[in-house]
Amino acid sequence: MARKRYSVFAVAREALRGHTGWPRAWASPEPRARYEAIIIGAGGHGLATAYYLGKNFGITDVAVLEKGWLGGGNTGRNTTIIRSNYLQDPSAAIYEKARSLYETLSQELNYNIMFSPRGVIMLAQTEHEVRGYTRTAHANALQGVATEFIGPQRVKELCPIISLDGPRYPVLGGLWQSRAGTARHDAVAWGYARACSDMGMHIIQKCEVTGIRSEGGRVTGVTTTRGDIGCDKLGVVVAGHSGRLAEMAGFRLPIESIGLQALVSEPVKPCMDVVVMANTVHGYMSQSDKGEMVIGGGADGFNNYTQRGSFHNIEQTVRALVETFPMISRLKMLRQWGGVVDMTGDRSPIISKTPLEGCYINCGWGTGGFKAIPGSGWGMAELMARGHSPLTEAFGMERFREGRFIDESVAAGVAH
Amino acid sequence: MSTRLATGGRLIDRSARRRFTFDGRAHEGYAGDTLASALLAGGHTLLGRSFKYHRPRGLVASGAEEPNALVGLGAGARFEPNQRATTTELFDGLQAVSQNAWPSLDWDVGVVNNAFARFLPAGFYYKMFMHPRPLWKHLFEPFIRRSAGLGRAPSERDADRYEHFYAFCDVLVVGGGIAGLQAALAAGRAGARVILLEQTAHWGGRSPVDGVRIDGGPAEAWINAAVQELDGMENVTLRPRTMGAGVYDHGYVLGYERVGDHDPAAEVPRHRLWRIRAARLITATGALERPLSFAGNDVPGVMLASAVRDYVVNWAVSPGDRTVVVTNNDDAYRTALALKSAGLEVPAILDARPRAEGELPEMARAHGIRVETGKGVAKVRGGRHVTAVGVCAQAGEGAVLEEIACDAVAMSGGWSPVVHLWSHCGGKLEWDAAQALFRPDPDRAPTGHDGHPFVATAGAASGALQADRAMADADENMKNVLQGIGRKSPSRKPPKVESAEEAPLAPVWQMPQGAGPALRAKMWLDYQNDVKVSDVRLAAQEGYESVEHTKRYTTLGMATDQGKLSNINGLATLSQALHEEIPQVGTTTFRPPYTPISMAAIAGEARGPVFQPLRRTPMHEWHEANGADWEPVGQWRRPYCYRRAGESRRDAVHREVRNTRNALGLLDASTLGKIMVSGPDAERFIDMLYTGKMSTLKPGKCRYGLMCDENGFLMDDGVCARLDERSFLCHTTSGGAERIHGWMEDWLQCEWWDWQVHVVNLTEQFAQVAVVGPNARNLLERLGGIDVSKETLPFMAWTEGTLGGFRARVFRISFSGELSFEIAVPASEGRAFWERLVEAGEGFGAMPYGTEALHVMRAEKGFIMIGDETDGTIIPQDLGLDWAISKKKEDFLGKRGMERVNMTSPDRWKLVGLETLDGSVLPDGAHAPAEGLNANGQRNTQGRVTSTYYSPTLGRGIAMALVHRGPERMGETIAFNVPGRTPVKAKIVEPVFYDPKGERQNV
Repeated sequence: MARKRYSVFAVAREALRGHTGWPRAWASPEPRARYEAIIIGAGGHGLATAYYLGKNFGITDVAVLEKGWLGGGNTGRNTTIIRSNYLQDPSAAIYEKARSLYETLSQELNYNIMFSPRGVIMLAQTEHEVRGYTRTAHANALQGVATEFIGPQRVKELCPIISLDGPRYPVLGGLWQSRAGTARHDAVAWGYARACSDMGMHIIQKCEVTGIRSEGGRVTGVTTTRGDIGCDKLGVVVAGHSGRLAEMAGFRLPIESIGLQALVSEPVKPCMDVVVMANTVHGYMSQSDKGEMVIGGGADGFNNYTQRGSFHNIEQTVRALVETFPMISRLKMLRQWGGVVDMTGDRSPIISKTPLEGCYINCGWGTGGFKAIPGSGWGMAELMARGHSPLTEAFGMERFREGRFIDESVAAGVAH
Repeated sequence: MSTRLATGGRLIDRSARRRFTFDGRAHEGYAGDTLASALLAGGHTLLGRSFKYHRPRGLVASGAEEPNALVGLGAGARFEPNQRATTTELFDGLQAVSQNAWPSLDWDVGVVNNAFARFLPAGFYYKMFMHPRPLWKHLFEPFIRRSAGLGRAPSERDADRYEHFYAFCDVLVVGGGIAGLQAALAAGRAGARVILLEQTAHWGGRSPVDGVRIDGGPAEAWINAAVQELDGMENVTLRPRTMGAGVYDHGYVLGYERVGDHDPAAEVPRHRLWRIRAARLITATGALERPLSFAGNDVPGVMLASAVRDYVVNWAVSPGDRTVVVTNNDDAYRTALALKSAGLEVPAILDARPRAEGELPEMARAHGIRVETGKGVAKVRGGRHVTAVGVCAQAGEGAVLEEIACDAVAMSGGWSPVVHLWSHCGGKLEWDAAQALFRPDPDRAPTGHDGHPFVATAGAASGALQADRAMADADENMKNVLQGIGRKSPSRKPPKVESAEEAPLAPVWQMPQGAGPALRAKMWLDYQNDVKVSDVRLAAQEGYESVEHTKRYTTLGMATDQGKLSNINGLATLSQALHEEIPQVGTTTFRPPYTPISMAAIAGEARGPVFQPLRRTPMHEWHEANGADWEPVGQWRRPYCYRRAGESRRDAVHREVRNTRNALGLLDASTLGKIMVSGPDAERFIDMLYTGKMSTLKPGKCRYGLMCDENGFLMDDGVCARLDERSFLCHTTSGGAERIHGWMEDWLQCEWWDWQVHVVNLTEQFAQVAVVGPNARNLLERLGGIDVSKETLPFMAWTEGTLGGFRARVFRISFSGELSFEIAVPASEGRAFWERLVEAGEGFGAMPYGTEALHVMRAEKGFIMIGDETDGTIIPQDLGLDWAISKKKEDFLGKRGMERVNMTSPDRWKLVGLETLDGSVLPDGAHAPAEGLNANGQRNTQGRVTSTYYSPTLGRGIAMALVHRGPERMGETIAFNVPGRTPVKAKIVEPVFYDPKGERQNV
């Protein structure tokens, strides 16, 4: 399929002929009998993996299999925050790689993913948090991540709708990353999908993997609802359902799947330019380009696959944000939704070889995977192509056996 | 021209006038009006602007489904954007403003977007604004943000009050139409506890407007009798103005009651959020009419046929003098008849079906109304208001056969059951091809905790659209529900409902059938978000084939009405474009809430000072009165320090440290966790919790202990006191008390459920005071009653008795390195005891001290602080606490975790002390770089500061740090990076800076 370049000129040309000339953004091919590499899961991470396999390693004989519709899992359900102000070195490395790739991703993919470096503030509302974020700022300085600890007045300048005084938890300052921001989540999946399709890769939707085939401890292919498909290398990138795929491949994962919720308000005119995360009270908020206040809720306390969640989490989050941003009190919740997040013991991802040779897994992004998509795909592609990657090295699943945790919970708060 | 009719209006009271303003201009309506009916009566047909193209928008609907008529309500601290005029009851003094238009609703410059509409199809923004890159952030995006959004954001703190209600019932019925009333009656008569919610202020739903007769009389008579009977039942709760907002697992349903919206002067909460746990939920939520997709269907004056009927019958408002009705079903003929009987003109009914010979069409003909079958609207003429419609053959391509002048169009594309509540918790739908609608599939209902269905439907919500069938459906479904919960339904026949028999509709997803691109680009699906038939077709053409892709690419159904009018038409359009059947295309997910609910209602009473529980120690008021500078510690407030006149925070902390070290300090330590563990297996349990061996502790003695998680990471520390053979009192950190209590229960309930151990969190039962400093013993001896001599009460012992008349436990423990006693008294006596200590301590130089002095003193002594030296990744060995880990015990929590290779590696960072060479204070969290970069280009590091203070005792900066192989590097100097400044050099020293031999505490 010949790619039609998107531009203002192309839009103008098409406007004159009723937009009849736009081709499909991605093809809808029938699966072939085998591919060099198969990626299971056409979410952001899976599609980015495929994209960088092609772009960085010239591997284009690739199929991305998706049981539903591409981008339909957590890629299309998150609160679109992109930041890299992490504490631990391996985390900062992969999230900063992702953030820097996001900066130019629209141009690279020729698809406007609307990365908007509007800046993220993580509020410090206790002395303990002040110390914690100061520590992160110090770590970031050596990791090459541009962050700074700012005082309450600067917080207020950046976000005038915030209430600094409490009454319960006064804002004592915040960790500010000015090049952090948001992007249009669906567009990230669609942009990668279009670019993958353009390289000749097959994106096969409505194709559920029901089994993983192997011979002599080496992966040979997958069984799907659309027939058997062979491959040399297999990447499992399925977030909430990772445990089930691992079971098909014959190994177990230290993963729990939990419902995580989010909500948006009705749209209003711009009133908040930055993203604010308030971990003491458990809530965070930004305003989308459409005008909706986008709010992240907490994770359920029990494991489930429902993509729903309990209302008390919404209540707790909204309460915290009404307190932090009193003006939202008279806004209305338009919609709440849920997704299944896969959580590891140290709340950091697994990007790893597996006991099944040729089978690689990328999962465990928990509550914060969207921001990592380009970096995750970059590293996963390198791991699959070369067998190792500096970016993913620390995220191997053997770390749980070795006690080599990458624990961000202290710095990241609950949800992110 | 829309206007008020001289007579009629079943909901308005013409004797009660209501004054209000719209965009500053004064208007008048009647009690019983909605803002929408009052504005329409006043000739306002232009009420808003659309989101994307800023096209003029008028009323389409009369209820919760309205996408267009959104206004800003109120002012100042009571301003609320995006309020639907159709669901806003009119009151005296109401202030409304139009939104998304500048400078005014009539002259909106944003309409320039409309001129460029052909350049702004679905998803246009994904294809442009990419070059040059910086312009996105600085030009394009700010422009998009400004033109997007609807109403103005409120700017003030909300002045109103909100509350939560909790309720339980056997049967919750949502919807107070005839089906809901009948369901509630049946359940109520069977003795079940019933709650009936109705989102409007009126009972009976559509039946009175539709001329339905029940038991031989008008529907209204039966409705009134039903409400009266329900009102008289003690087991039934009726709630009008309360919407069923969301359904969650296990029969949890949210109700949203708008208590004060219609009467802001009343002293009531504005909204009330009902959290109802229902054994069974009946959704009697009715159905919504669908628009028809013809060119110009968004011009103000084009409305749903049912809405036109509502305005005429309920509020005596005529949307126009000449109304053309366009339909694919019989029901819309009722609108023509209603208009006619109100004395208004109906120049024609355009029926897309080839034939229309049912009861209602014949009645229309009998009234002299021209009925054109096989016809539709080619296009609507008019910009800000309808002036005419072009008539065409439905089967054709849109050639205009004739033009009919009119000032309103009433359209009906059929009805869709309201399936939202059914779907929220997993109920599935089936496609009813005959009626062209999705309806709940009773075989795939949402299931509760027991695996049985907990939601059923009644009436039009089941797909039983005609009133007589709706009643029968409600009666039958209710019988099954009652049977399911073991209630006998009264053997009573359902009321006899007379309703005109309707012929089947003919699905019409596009009008005319063969319309080309030019017409399709004028057919609106989503009025608020400006999504047209052409946009959905473009999405399909570009491969956004999943209904979710189409929705997200075009923004169909993502507006504030969440697609109540547009979803079914949109997915039918998609299915046509894809040449697939509608059920194959499927629906998007229905998510709560049904219509938007206020954030304030969700937050409820929990706002301001009480937004979280505030925990106060018994001495809180004393601190408050004595200069406490508060610090939030979890939900507690603790004094950071006590500032005296003219003192800075820093001065106060230094004074408190010096005074405690030199004379006597008093600390309110009541927040300290106190968890009692008792029972025959207490020893065994306590030995699993702590890394050290506690079972060897003798009654009357205390021991410092560490608790780790399964991974071996240090999670809490504190002193454990043995109370007697079977009981231990575990002191935890202030922030850790609840967590550790939960941790203990977790193990006892989930893993060691057969152990005979009982755990109680006594944190708030005791007030605790640390009496610290060289004069500590003197003070206690002055109080008298307990022998606190070195011999009787040595370090790490405890005793109980009466101290100065207070029942007390005295623990001889120290977190400051000074001679120190921690004294627990019953919480009720805490304040009196504290005051007694202050008073008696005067002669000994007693002063209270706060948390910061506590921190400084513990750092001077090299004591670790959970949360500073630990962060969830630190094992006790990192902190030189190997001595507190038993080597003899077979097992304890974290033992196996600590044995993993990375935990035993000699390369771990370990605790040391730091002395800056220049005596300065190191910054919190500063890192020490090491040589070179790692594989990811980051600076290598060799250590970081965990605690850092100015020590008033030593007169210099001191710090604790975790350093790579730290204890092996005593005396070495390393440099800490401080961004923007020269690195700070510090010498690695032992972490105990003061009194390393512990001579001061052992006196």
